Amino acid sequence: MNDAIFTKDRLINLALIITTIWFLWFAQHNFDEYTIRIINNVAIFIILAVSYNLINGITGQFSLEPNGFIAIGAYVTAILTVDADAMLYQYDIEDPYPWVLAMQSNFGWALFLSGVISSLLALSLSFPVFRVRGDYLAIVTLGFGFIIRILAINSPEITNGSLGINDIPEFSNLYWTGGIAIFAVLAILNIIYSKYGRAMKAVRDDEDAATAMGINTFKMKTMAFTTSAFFEGVGGGLLAALLTSISPDLFSFFLTFQLLIIIVLGGLGSTTGAIIGTIFVMAGLEYMRFLDEPMNLFGFETEAMPGMRMVVFSLILIFVMLFAREGLMGKRELKDLFKKKKADK
Amino acid sequence: MILEVCNITKKFGGITAIKDTSFTVNSKEIYGLIGPNGAGKTTMFNIITGNYEPTEGSIKFHGQRIDGIKPYKIVHRGIARTFQNIRLFKSMTVLDNILIGFDYQASYTYLESIFRLPRFFKEEKRVKERSFEIMEVLGIAQYANELATSLSYGQQRKVEIARALAANPQLLLLDEPAAGMNPNETKELAELFFKIRDDFDITILLIEHDMKFVNHLCDRVMVLDYGKTIFEGHIKDAIKDEEVIKAYLGDFKHA
Repeated sequence: MNDAIFTKDRLINLALIITTIWFLWFAQHNFDEYTIRIINNVAIFIILAVSYNLINGITGQFSLEPNGFIAIGAYVTAILTVDADAMLYQYDIEDPYPWVLAMQSNFGWALFLSGVISSLLALSLSFPVFRVRGDYLAIVTLGFGFIIRILAINSPEITNGSLGINDIPEFSNLYWTGGIAIFAVLAILNIIYSKYGRAMKAVRDDEDAATAMGINTFKMKTMAFTTSAFFEGVGGGLLAALLTSISPDLFSFFLTFQLLIIIVLGGLGSTTGAIIGTIFVMAGLEYMRFLDEPMNLFGFETEAMPGMRMVVFSLILIFVMLFAREGLMGKRELKDLFKKKKADK
Repeated sequence: MILEVCNITKKFGGITAIKDTSFTVNSKEIYGLIGPNGAGKTTMFNIITGNYEPTEGSIKFHGQRIDGIKPYKIVHRGIARTFQNIRLFKSMTVLDNILIGFDYQASYTYLESIFRLPRFFKEEKRVKERSFEIMEVLGIAQYANELATSLSYGQQRKVEIARALAANPQLLLLDEPAAGMNPNETKELAELFFKIRDDFDITILLIEHDMKFVNHLCDRVMVLDYGKTIFEGHIKDAIKDEEVIKAYLGDFKHA
């Protein structure tokens, strides 16, 4: 027990936060547009991966929901930030409902509402799902993702159907994405290192024993699920404002799959792992773009093979599952690594 | 009288696991539940802790009915338990395992933990200090930051008991606490239970097969056989009782 305000852990955390903020500022002013875009992407995916990890890794409830909540967040932000004239101009299939046109807000509120609406939906989903034990969550959330996509395609008065919404103001910059990523990571770490996080881990390790210790397991699962839905909604909003155009195809199961790769690669149950996994996967996907293009292999010209890098990525995932089932970090966090080193000395 | 079990019957389909069983446990008593395998002892525990709902009968704790209440709420009322096969949270340290017991007693909200408001620090400090107090009593404080599952079997038992004590119970249910321990450890455990009863002011209800242990520890016992009560009273009389001997060793006269 340490009562000092500046413990070693806290100093390290503070240093990390300041370095990250400085890096974001430096990147925004000095890097080229392409690099900034990748960093934006990484920041958004850190938000998504860290929150997905809360329900999948920390609470141990296997769910496949992110694409649904990201879609909801993206559409809410898009509808709230695109102005009425631009909407009327774009909505070709059906005229938008008057309330869709009337809803306007600034970017901050749009993101917040994206999160709130996502988490309210998660809350209503958890009542049927968490009443029973087992892998029902995976099935229900998988279906949920499909339903959201189909709804997006089939309600053109709200979402402009399969044409999607274009000309979303490009609000996302490194301060928004990076700032929210820092907040998301800190918030989720603060949850993990509190009685709520302990209870979530207890539910993962042994649900019966957790109940026998007075933990309301239903409440804990619902809290984790709702919290991760909130941040996935916010992340979806940031994604919409980064890409400036969204359509239902963007939010297919592939998006969930990508996040699943990230958190499994990083180590299920480790927030540090989720962050490292994001950087690794996002940077890797960019770096391996050359695989999709025509190549010159020892004098032989090969044709362009779009999707080749996903094949390579799937292979990497298979090898991780075979030889390093715990992922890069296992369940450890950054501060556990420091402790380990101390013990080795 | 802290616990009253009244005419409990529990049926699983066509099988009657417990038949019309009643007993009462007095405050600060150590009460033993014994009987051969499959007699329905653990089923009785699961009914008291709310994991099973009794088919008939009622259970009163401090005079209030608790049957039909959700298991986690029964813990909040003051009944905690340990398991027959140790069930610690395997990814957590000893300290975290014990802090789980304090879960419902640490009063700060979700938002207070996200934003690290003062009450979070105050409450966390309080429950951590209490955890160390409990660990001191059980002699496991030096393992606080080790992974719970890395300890020896005997120490893991103590962690499980500490975790149950952390839930601040008035009634502690122990399911075969001496199983898998050698005579020395068993003796030490019995002393520990006396100490726990006096230090924490609690009543203990335990299931055990080790008769020497039960004899040394329990004020009164109940013997179950195939879901029926065949004896209730002092242990010394139990070992002489014909029905009890029959249940344990078989019926010599009619064999």
